[in-house]
Amino acid sequence: MNGSEVFRATERAARESYGRLVAHLAREARDLAAAEDALADAFALALENWPRDGTPANPQGWLATVARNRLRDAARRRATASRSLETLTMFERDLRSAVRATGVADRRLELMFACAHPAIDPAMRAPLMLQVVLGLDAAAIGAAYLVAPATMGQRLSRAKAKIRDAGVPFRVPEPEERRERMSFALEAIYAAFSNAWGEAFADDPRGRDLSTEAIWLARVAAALAPGEPETLGCLALLLYVDARRPARRDPVGSYVPLSGQDVSLWNGAAIDEAERLLSAASIMGRPDRFQIEAAIQSAHCARRRTGATDWPAISLLYARLYEITRSPVVAVNRAVAVAEVEGAAAGLALLAEVEGEGGLLDFQPLWAAKAELSARAHATEAALEAYGRAIGLERDPAARAFLIERRARLAH
Amino acid sequence: MQYMLLIHADETAFAAMPKAQAEAGLAAYGAYTKAMNDAGVLKGGDRLRPTAMTTTVTAKGGKAVVVDGPFAETKEQLGGYYLIEAKDLDEAISWASRCPGVHHGAVEIRPIWAA
Repeated sequence: MNGSEVFRATERAARESYGRLVAHLAREARDLAAAEDALADAFALALENWPRDGTPANPQGWLATVARNRLRDAARRRATASRSLETLTMFERDLRSAVRATGVADRRLELMFACAHPAIDPAMRAPLMLQVVLGLDAAAIGAAYLVAPATMGQRLSRAKAKIRDAGVPFRVPEPEERRERMSFALEAIYAAFSNAWGEAFADDPRGRDLSTEAIWLARVAAALAPGEPETLGCLALLLYVDARRPARRDPVGSYVPLSGQDVSLWNGAAIDEAERLLSAASIMGRPDRFQIEAAIQSAHCARRRTGATDWPAISLLYARLYEITRSPVVAVNRAVAVAEVEGAAAGLALLAEVEGEGGLLDFQPLWAAKAELSARAHATEAALEAYGRAIGLERDPAARAFLIERRARLAH
Repeated sequence: MQYMLLIHADETAFAAMPKAQAEAGLAAYGAYTKAMNDAGVLKGGDRLRPTAMTTTVTAKGGKAVVVDGPFAETKEQLGGYYLIEAKDLDEAISWASRCPGVHHGAVEIRPIWAA
């Protein structure tokens, strides 16, 4: 291998094993930031040595051993002072023991549980996982969250300091707590995905990148805890939604609503994988929020085969989902599904209930749904007003243009 | 690791309690303290007298100023504390969640700044 090939091989090892190694090291050191520093040192040492001595048979084991020694020394150094000679002997010993290194146990699940611990700020759980499990840098995470890299870097270090100083454990929680803790991790992954999926990111490669990374995290969770149906349901849900990405825009970049999408553009392989995951989850007989949402998406995606949408099934699933979540977002979607089955008036009645609960005056999907259903019910005045509010609250130019056109057509 | 469990609650509520209820409350704390002692996690702790007994000292222009009352007037007051030894935050949370204080106030978990 020449220098640049080795560099690429190291990079590949970094990408593939980063989270696994950080998890492993952080669990030993109980210090995420220190584990990452030690691993960075190990990668630097690899770049120096592998081109000369060849890539080791077990690159992960090599990196783990070097980083582990580095961690131990860093801990010792905090107590003593003298350095340079010590650094040299350290390098030597790192190399020797790295040669003997064997496999690395997969501790990424423990790491995810630490990142999604209830003591960690909910907004920082997904960014933390993206960084320490997938190895994304603060700049990439900041870009995906529309936050300056330095700010994201600070927030990440603060969260890591909390993990270290408050003694957040690197451990899979006891069974009685595991389900709740797992749902914290999955909620965070789902939030990262939705954030990236939002219309604001529809035309932005950063959105695609973040949703791909979120799916990756969901994959890690599903692979590490396949016995928890929630992990399978969550991954299935993300895959269903992401499968429709190519159909969200027409060739000139205009917004295409779900009902108008060309199903041949959907990613069939992703949908098939989601179907398999969902059926594996459902035979465990423990339906949860993710599984039901995935089932709703499955029903939408069935249009690919049947050419029609099973609205009665979807509206029943939304009713069930609303029972679990009591979320206004779910209530709005449910109203839309009910309108398809029982007519616009029934949907509008449900929307009025949601509106009555208050606090949703700036919730765009409510107004978009109200506009659409009012138009269908020939309540033109109400529809025009609701379209106006929906347009005013919309962030995505393509979706805004779509709504403006609908409104204009109604006004004539 | 060592953690301080700080119990914050509305002290006037306790003062206004019927005697039997107050006694039951104190007994619950007694049992909780004993449980932590038996488990070998308890390093210390006490109940604090009401904020009416509090004196606060600051310095202004190099001179100590002594005032009557707590540092901050809040709806809930620090009413007591426990110092415990726990293996990690989850173990500290598990002890804190058994504290009677979580039902009439809040228990704050503060890691001790070990050298």
